[in-house]
Amino acid sequence: MSKVFVHALYDDDDKLRDGAIKVRSLGYGIKEIFSPFPVHGIDKIMGLNRTRISICCFIYGVTGFSLAFTMIWYMLIHDWPIDIGGKPNYTWYHNIPSWIPILFESTVFCAAHGMALTFLLRSWLFPGVSPKNPDPRTTDDHFLMITTAHSAEDVTLLTDAAKATGAVEITKVESKN
Amino acid sequence: MHQDSIIREPLLLGKKTYHQVTEDVARPVEGIANKYWWALFILAVIAWSWGIGCICYTIGRGIGTWNLNRTINWGWDITNFVWWIGIGHAGTLISAVLCLFRQRWRLTINRSAEAMTIFAVMCAAIFPVIHMGRPWLAYFVLPLPNQFGSLWVNFNSPLLWDVFAISTYFSVSIVFWYLGLIPDFAMIRDRAKTKSRKILYTLFSFGWSGRAKDWQRFEEVTLVLAGICTPLVFSVHSIVSSDFATGIVRGWHSTVYPPYFVAGAIFSGMAMVLTLVIVGRKVLDLEEYITIQHIETMNKVMLTMGSVVGVAYFAEFFQAWYSGDPNESFIYLSWNNAKGVYGWAFWSLIICNNILPQILWLKGARRNLYITFILSIVINIGMWFERFDIVVTDLYRDYIPSTWTYYSPSYVEVGIFVGTIGMFFTFFLLFARWFPFIAQAELKTTLKATGDLYHNPPRQPKSSDIKVELQPLHATVETINTKYHHE
Repeated sequence: MSKVFVHALYDDDDKLRDGAIKVRSLGYGIKEIFSPFPVHGIDKIMGLNRTRISICCFIYGVTGFSLAFTMIWYMLIHDWPIDIGGKPNYTWYHNIPSWIPILFESTVFCAAHGMALTFLLRSWLFPGVSPKNPDPRTTDDHFLMITTAHSAEDVTLLTDAAKATGAVEITKVESKN
Repeated sequence: MHQDSIIREPLLLGKKTYHQVTEDVARPVEGIANKYWWALFILAVIAWSWGIGCICYTIGRGIGTWNLNRTINWGWDITNFVWWIGIGHAGTLISAVLCLFRQRWRLTINRSAEAMTIFAVMCAAIFPVIHMGRPWLAYFVLPLPNQFGSLWVNFNSPLLWDVFAISTYFSVSIVFWYLGLIPDFAMIRDRAKTKSRKILYTLFSFGWSGRAKDWQRFEEVTLVLAGICTPLVFSVHSIVSSDFATGIVRGWHSTVYPPYFVAGAIFSGMAMVLTLVIVGRKVLDLEEYITIQHIETMNKVMLTMGSVVGVAYFAEFFQAWYSGDPNESFIYLSWNNAKGVYGWAFWSLIICNNILPQILWLKGARRNLYITFILSIVINIGMWFERFDIVVTDLYRDYIPSTWTYYSPSYVEVGIFVGTIGMFFTFFLLFARWFPFIAQAELKTTLKATGDLYHNPPRQPKSSDIKVELQPLHATVETINTKYHHE
């Protein structure tokens, strides 16, 4: 038998959570869950790794800080020191207090935009991308759990698990490959 | 899941289910605009057009079309700039600071408050650019190599800090706002009946499908962005205040300015949010989402910030007098100003910002929509006067009495200000028609904790409601006897 995807549609997030726990306790993996809002804790039940996007954010922030520091040092100290009101810019350590605002803003700028772009890139969200949710109700009030069955026994077990936890619709989708 | 305390009132009235939230948020986007919307929209576009005309006239003829003079060289233009930037602050406060504090009442107002931030910063940015006189040379503020050899911008100047702060604030606010909009656009896309709406919202929603991993990243990004937007919002108005505080003009040269400006910004921004949502909840039929409780909470924030601002005014006033310095005794918050030719501006500030808001100590006033609406406009006028007083009444009594002068705006300056108000409302009205007004995806996460339908366990009666019924003594004895016999 070829692979079969069991689509279990729930109308409540707590029932979905129960369903996911049940499927996992039977020893099956969960292929995907589509939900209209973040269901807290579902990533742990599914066994998803913690996202590393905040680490990326920190790295972008450090990059932004370093770029701004280098830029200001080059322009104001190295390339063309300006004597403003008898306060010349010949040394970076005398000037650094007044650089703090721009260093901070550049850090935030790079951290925020870098993180947002990383998120869009990793989740592949761009204008023109077609949505992947099989059922349009999953952006409204329904929750879809997709599990993979490799045998007729798997199908029965997964369907029973979905039924027992209150799924409102269960569909079997034949895999194309 | 987080459970709210049972003594709290539900934040979402009307027994809403997940689907009902979807319906209510999508209704204004899917429906057609009513005549009030069109009337306001046309009015806003006319005002904006008038502003564009005045801006063109300013650019064509030069800053001479304004009534600025040698002594008062900053007038309505910088006043309006600071006022608009201040208004923007409440949006980020609601979406970022209250997100970190896990304040769930923010969820029905954060979307519109963030939209307000973005449009307000757009209005604000117009003013310094046209004040340059030659706005086609505005790129000179960027650290670019230019035709004067390698003469770079001055990184020690607060005016340059402004360039970095406001561009960062504007762009990061847009990103924060738009990321939150993506799942809501997907909701509208998935229920779209017409082809054009389907295509439009598929584009807007970036192909969002609500996968578990996407939601995990989404939550992390929202939290971290809230974390870095919080110091950002405080830095922006601190930097705007440094435009004044690092100057040597008495009245401006004051170390209290950064916290004082931030408090003032939140004060005026909250007032503007209230103005907008009190109308918005009625027009878009969202009264069960933005409840009287929301209005009251915002009023409390406004009262707190108003009090902080009041204390700052008092400190400025006291120091001006206590220093004994004749120059200081002519600053914007001083007795000499109160009884001088700009006394009307001084008293407008005090009445609008300090005296009238005291009514908010009364619970009845905080929960009254008419009082709140009028007061929110009064506070915005008061906060405009605060900036006007800082800019103009600190300048008009110069160090040499022969240069003392008076300033009132030309019709061009008034026109540009009216134009930015028109522009702001044009954008806001378009936003209310085309974009989901409430962050419905985020709201649904708290429906079970704060919604009327799911608010479980049921409401506990107040102690005064509980009737204590004393059982007659013989009944108790009977019960005991029955119990005894049964055993």
